[in-house]
Amino acid sequence: MTASPHARHLAQLNVARLRFPIDDPRVAHFVEMLDPVNAAADDAPGFVWRLVEDGEADATGLRPLGEDVIVNLSVWETQEALWDFAYRSGHLEVMRRRRDWFHRHVEAHLVLWWVPAGHVPTVGEALERLADLRAHGPSPRAFTFASSYTAAEAAGHAPDGDSATV
Amino acid sequence: MEDIDAIAVLQDPVRRRLYEYVVAQGREVGRNEAAEAAGVARTLAAHHLDKLTGAGLLESGSRRLSGRSGPGAGRPAKVYTRARGERSVSLPARDYRTAAELLAEAAEEAGLDAGLCAAARRRGEALRGPAGPCGGLEEAVEALAARGYEPYLEDGAVRMGNCPFHAVAESFPPLVCGMNLALLEGLLGEGGPVRARMDARPGECCVVVEASKNNAD
Repeated sequence: MTASPHARHLAQLNVARLRFPIDDPRVAHFVEMLDPVNAAADDAPGFVWRLVEDGEADATGLRPLGEDVIVNLSVWETQEALWDFAYRSGHLEVMRRRRDWFHRHVEAHLVLWWVPAGHVPTVGEALERLADLRAHGPSPRAFTFASSYTAAEAAGHAPDGDSATV
Repeated sequence: MEDIDAIAVLQDPVRRRLYEYVVAQGREVGRNEAAEAAGVARTLAAHHLDKLTGAGLLESGSRRLSGRSGPGAGRPAKVYTRARGERSVSLPARDYRTAAELLAEAAEEAGLDAGLCAAARRRGEALRGPAGPCGGLEEAVEALAARGYEPYLEDGAVRMGNCPFHAVAESFPPLVCGMNLALLEGLLGEGGPVRARMDARPGECCVVVEASKNNAD
């Protein structure tokens, strides 16, 4: 087990559809910011884990949803820790310029869910949560920042596919 | 307590001075320090600080101000900080916050970031009026304070402890923080000796104002 005081951790998946290929000069600034922003995530309070491709520094080469869709999957100790990193760090500058590089999403593009501490979510599991959110709206199984559920609410909810003991 | 009652608590001039002092420090403030800053006796300051806490305008806690701990470190002192909640009164009743949230939600769904930022930049320029770009960091501090920010100097740059758009910024961060940056770029003017840049930190405004680099990028 990890030394984290939290019995459950918050997993997050967000997906983004590139307007141009990743080696196009029009997304060069996004690519330049990947390393410093990922390094900031690794050092951020409450950071637990993020998905990286084998032998690579990030997960931008993994394209489980199609050639133009990049995925970002990570785990945090608390929702506040994730929020502070996403919106109160250098990452906000990337978010501010998202329309320059990514298509606007019609469907949900970010999903949050609770996992037992120590559990490393798979890409397949993350995509199931996103599909759940898109199909059924926010619930303790799959939610968003705007409509979130606590770990206790999620734990008290019906079996949800990751029944590992806590 | 109703917002209007809480705000009425600030009508007393001594209370108001104490409140403004505590808020301006951005940290826990002890009774002695607040009394000294407001120029009143400690017992009177304590009375007013507790009134402000009762109204929900300040929060109180206790801490050993000596920095020591354990036996012999002395009794913990009462300390005060600004309460996180917001108070507002509109007469007659209006609800601009709900309107702002609904407009932001619609703008977010439609991806209107660029249009919102353009409008914000124009508004900032209009607020600045015919004056040229902001002449320096001290002038920036004045302009920002007049717009509801709480500017302070740190490492030769101006940071802001308050976000006037806090509630909407928390719900739609990239959209509203981008709007805020564009507004400040317009307010301060571009091509002058200072520039606004996004540099978000937990608990603060997302923008920092600093000296422009000579060879601007």
